[in-house]
Amino acid sequence: MWKWLHPYAKTEQAYRLCSTLLPWFAVASLLCLIPGLIWGLAYAPADYQQGDSFRIIYLHVPSAILSMGAYSAMAVAAFIGLVWQIRSADMAVAAIAPVGAVMTFIALFTGAAWGKPMWGTWWVWDARLTSELILLFLYLGVIALYQSFEDKQQGSKAAGIMALVGVVNLPIIHYSVEWWNTLHQGATITKFGKPSIAPDMLWPLLLCLAGLAFVVGALSLYRLQTEMLRRELHRPWVQKLAGGNSDAV
Amino acid sequence: MNPRRKQRLIAVSTVVVVIGAAIGLMLYALGQNIDLFYTPSEIVQGKDGVKPRVGQRLRVGGLVVPGSVKRDENSLAVTFDLVDTGPIVQVSYQGILPDLFREGQGIVATGHLSAANQILAEEVLAKHDEEYMPPELAEAMKGIKHVKPQDANYN
Repeated sequence: MWKWLHPYAKTEQAYRLCSTLLPWFAVASLLCLIPGLIWGLAYAPADYQQGDSFRIIYLHVPSAILSMGAYSAMAVAAFIGLVWQIRSADMAVAAIAPVGAVMTFIALFTGAAWGKPMWGTWWVWDARLTSELILLFLYLGVIALYQSFEDKQQGSKAAGIMALVGVVNLPIIHYSVEWWNTLHQGATITKFGKPSIAPDMLWPLLLCLAGLAFVVGALSLYRLQTEMLRRELHRPWVQKLAGGNSDAV
Repeated sequence: MNPRRKQRLIAVSTVVVVIGAAIGLMLYALGQNIDLFYTPSEIVQGKDGVKPRVGQRLRVGGLVVPGSVKRDENSLAVTFDLVDTGPIVQVSYQGILPDLFREGQGIVATGHLSAANQILAEEVLAKHDEEYMPPELAEAMKGIKHVKPQDANYN
């Protein structure tokens, strides 16, 4: 496995891999997200308690799961970047952070929009909502740290440590609804055992989740490519890519 | 793994484990202060041996006892009972209730304790569970017949 992975430590190889994967991710995201959203928003049955308002679940749950998924991916990249000092992993941290931050924001926003009609309030300081808000601040912290260093190597190091420390928050978000009493309900699909949602509501939800996961993947790959080009502007491979003329860059 | 990488691996892991443990202990120490609300039994019997004082501002969360909702005919005033597993607490509220409010539903009320088991609420929020299903299925599985609030016969 190491032998297979090692070439991608070189940014040039990683860039090529991104170029190959990107169209697949883009197509897969459209293939999942479009039918998933149409099915979920228009054809899935209404909930017995919440009626049509529950349909915001098709945005809220995927974005909330992916805000945590993107954070895990970013933390793994930060770990590899810190221990093995692989440049493309450092760049991946910088590439994923804003995408994850946007997912967190969508999760918080749709959650508020769902909370107002159902719970009766936009926001309440319960453990689940607060820990998800902290996740947003962690993302913003990682982005700010990375940006605030002139030397990107230093910036990656600082941002990487911040990203790794923040991992503590992930189990807190997930288990907040079990450890403490909250206004937010418990987990519907991210738990062991049968999901507590009817099958014809569950399938579109899973499609939306897969679709949004591919969107996050595609955006991260694209950002990773740009980051690689930006940081290696004067390396021969970028020059070659730009047409062999250094003035053209 | 070469020694420098090993050193970095140990350093990074130590930082993460130590900070993780620190935050874990902090949350453990804060413990039930992170809870959003008291349950009715905690109000009546006390939580960790401490009963809330009369006059204290607090939140209470529980299920609305079926048949206990009493609305005033001339105003928005409403009283209802809350229960979890033990004693009942009575909540009085004046204002608009959320759509999901109905008998048997979980709710969270913010207010202050006016007597040992009476709460004057300023805000009532509805809680819903993590189960989603179409109305027909709910009727078949749980025997719940969904009634729109305007069709419900509260007296």
